[in-house]
Amino acid sequence: MTAPIDPPSATVVEERPQAGPGGTPGTSIQGRSLGQIAWMRLKRDKVAMGGAIVVILLILIAIFAPVLVGWFGHPPNEFHQEMIDPATQTPKGGSGIGWDFLFGVEPLNGRDLFSRVVYGARISLLIAFFATLLSVVIGTVMGIVAGYFGGWVDTLISRVMDVFLAFPLLVFSLALIGVLAQFETSLAVKGDTLRILLLIFVIGFFNWPYIGRIIRGQTLSLREREFVDAARSLGARGPYILFREILPNLIAPILIYATLLIPTNVLFEAALSFLGVGIPAPTATWGGMLSDAVKYYTVPHFMFFPGMAIFITVLAFNLFGDGLRDALDPKSSR
Amino acid sequence: MVTYIIKRLIGALIMLAVVSMVTFAIFFVVPRAAGATADDFAARYVGKSATEETVGNLADRLGFNDPVIVQYGRWVKGIVAGAEYDTGAGVEQCPAPCFGYSFISHQPVWHDLLDRLPVTVSLASGAAVIWVLAGVATGVLSALRKGSVFDRAAMGVALAGVSLPVFFTGIVSLVVFSYGLGITAPGGSYTPITENPVDWAYNMILPWITLAFLYAASYARLTRAGMLETMGEDYIRTARAKGLPERTVIAKHGLRGALTPIVTIFGLDFGLLLGGAVLTESTFSLNGVGKYAITAILKNDLPQIMGVTMLTAFFVVVANLVVDLLYAVVDPRVRLT
Repeated sequence: MTAPIDPPSATVVEERPQAGPGGTPGTSIQGRSLGQIAWMRLKRDKVAMGGAIVVILLILIAIFAPVLVGWFGHPPNEFHQEMIDPATQTPKGGSGIGWDFLFGVEPLNGRDLFSRVVYGARISLLIAFFATLLSVVIGTVMGIVAGYFGGWVDTLISRVMDVFLAFPLLVFSLALIGVLAQFETSLAVKGDTLRILLLIFVIGFFNWPYIGRIIRGQTLSLREREFVDAARSLGARGPYILFREILPNLIAPILIYATLLIPTNVLFEAALSFLGVGIPAPTATWGGMLSDAVKYYTVPHFMFFPGMAIFITVLAFNLFGDGLRDALDPKSSR
Repeated sequence: MVTYIIKRLIGALIMLAVVSMVTFAIFFVVPRAAGATADDFAARYVGKSATEETVGNLADRLGFNDPVIVQYGRWVKGIVAGAEYDTGAGVEQCPAPCFGYSFISHQPVWHDLLDRLPVTVSLASGAAVIWVLAGVATGVLSALRKGSVFDRAAMGVALAGVSLPVFFTGIVSLVVFSYGLGITAPGGSYTPITENPVDWAYNMILPWITLAFLYAASYARLTRAGMLETMGEDYIRTARAKGLPERTVIAKHGLRGALTPIVTIFGLDFGLLLGGAVLTESTFSLNGVGKYAITAILKNDLPQIMGVTMLTAFFVVVANLVVDLLYAVVDPRVRLT
C-alpha cells in the first residue's frame, strides 16, 4: 500500500512553490517558482547585489590567496628588515606603502601587510562558513524537532536553548579553547588545523540556539497548515513530513539567518584572535594583526588594513543578507 | 502576580544550577576525558620546580582525586557555607559565598570579583544610557521619516556600526581622541564615582561612546523595523480615528508596541555586559570583570573562570527575570500568569 501513497505527496512537494505565486498579479501566464521570484527581487536590489559581488570577490581572494600573493606580494611570514628603520622599529617613510608592498609593511620585522591581510581572509572565511554550517545544522534539527513534536520534547529543547543563551558566550568559548588546547599532544590533529577545528566547533556549537528558536517558531505554524494535514491523512509519517514537507518551507529563513550569521561569526573569530586565543602567531589573522597594531598606534596603516578588511567583509555579508531577507520574505517592509 | 514571580524565581534558580553543573563538567570532566590526571590539575598551583610527590600530596589535599560529583558538591557547599583549603603550607580561608579560591593569585574569587565589579557596572550602565537613548530615538525618527535623507543617513551609519568590531573602533578612537587630540583619557585609568564623579566620567567617556555606538546601531535598526510594523497596526488607525494628537499616537501607542522586543534584547545585552565587557575592557585596559576573565583564561585559573562564568550567568538570568516583569508594564497586551 505504500506505492500509491508516495506519488501524490511527491506532487504536493513539486507543485507547492508554484501555487503561491500563481495568485499574484502578472502579465505572463508562465508560472514562476518562489526561487525565481526571489531572484528577480534580489537582482533589482542594487545594494544587495553590491554586497554579493564583494562577498564573491572575498571568497575568490581567500581561495586564490597564494596566487595573488605570488603576483602582488611577498610570502606572508617573510621578514623584510631592509624596510624597517632600526632606530624607531617602524617602517621607513612611515608605512612602506608602494608598488612593492601594496599595503606597506609591519613594524619591527617588515612582513608584507598585503599578503597577511589576504591570507587572513582564508582563516576568517573558513571558520565563519563552517561554524555557521554547524550552527545551522544543529539549530535546524533541534528547532524542527521541538516545533513539530511539541510536548516534553519541545520543553526540553527550549530549556536547553535558554541555558545556552544564558552562558557568557565569549568568556565561555575563550575558556573552553584554553582548556581544550592544553591537551594538544593527546589529539590526532595538531597546530593550526587543530585550532581551526576547535574555533569552528566552539563558535558553531554555541550559536545554534538563535537559529533554533527561529526554526522552532516557523515549524510551530507550519505544522498546522493544510498541506501537512493532507500529507498526514495520506499516511505519511513523522520523518517524511519533517524532511519532505516542512523542511523545504524552511529554506528561506535558514538561508537568511545563515547569511546573517556569517558576519557575526567573522566578528567572533576576529574577537577571539584579538584576545589571543584564536589561531596562534605567526599565522596571519585579522584579529591577531589588530591586537599587534595596538602596540604600534603611531603607525596607523598597520591597524587600518586589517580593520577595514573585517569591516568590508562583515558589511558585505550584512548587505547581502538584508537584501536576501527582503527578497525572500514578502512581508518585510523597507 | 506573586505566584508568577515565585515561579520565575524557582525557574531562575534551576537555570543557575544547570549552568553551574555544565560549566563544572566542562572544566573538570573534559580535561579528564582528554587525558589529564589529578596531578595535572594540582601542578598548576605549585611552581614548576615542585617534585612529583609535592604535586601528588597537593592533589590529595585539594581533593582532585575525588569523584567529580564530590568535587562539585564541595564547590556548592563553599558558596553556602564557605570553605577552607589546606595547601600543606598553611590553611587558606575562603568565607561564604566562596566561589572558589585561586591558588595563583592567592585570593578568594568572590573578593576579586567584588573588586572588579564597579568598573564593569560603570562601563555597562553608562554605555547603556547612551545607546538606549541614541538608538531608540534614531530608530523612531527614521521610521517616522521613512525614506528621508535622515533615514538613509542614519541607517547607513547604523549598518556600518553593526559591521565594525568594537576593538577596532576602540583603538581608532583612542588614537584619534586620546593620543592625537588629547581630549579624552588614554585608557587604563578608573576613578570610583564616590571619589570624584568628574574624573570618573572623564575616564569613562571614550569607552562609553565606543561601546554604545555598536549597540546604538543595532537598536536603531531594531526600533525602526519595530516602529514601521507597529505603525501599520489597526490600533494605531483607531487611535488616530478617535482624534488623538499624533504625538500621543506615536509615544503612547506606537512606541509602546515597538519597544517590547527591544526590552527583551536589552535585558540579555545588559546582563551579558555586566558579566564582563571583555572586548571593550581589554581594548581600553579597564580592570573590570571582563579583563579579569581574560587574565584568568590566559593563566588557566579554573576557580576564577568558574566564578566569572557563574557571575555572568547570574546577571543574565536576573536581567531576563526583570525583563519579563517589565513586559507587563510596557506592553498592555501581556498578562502574567
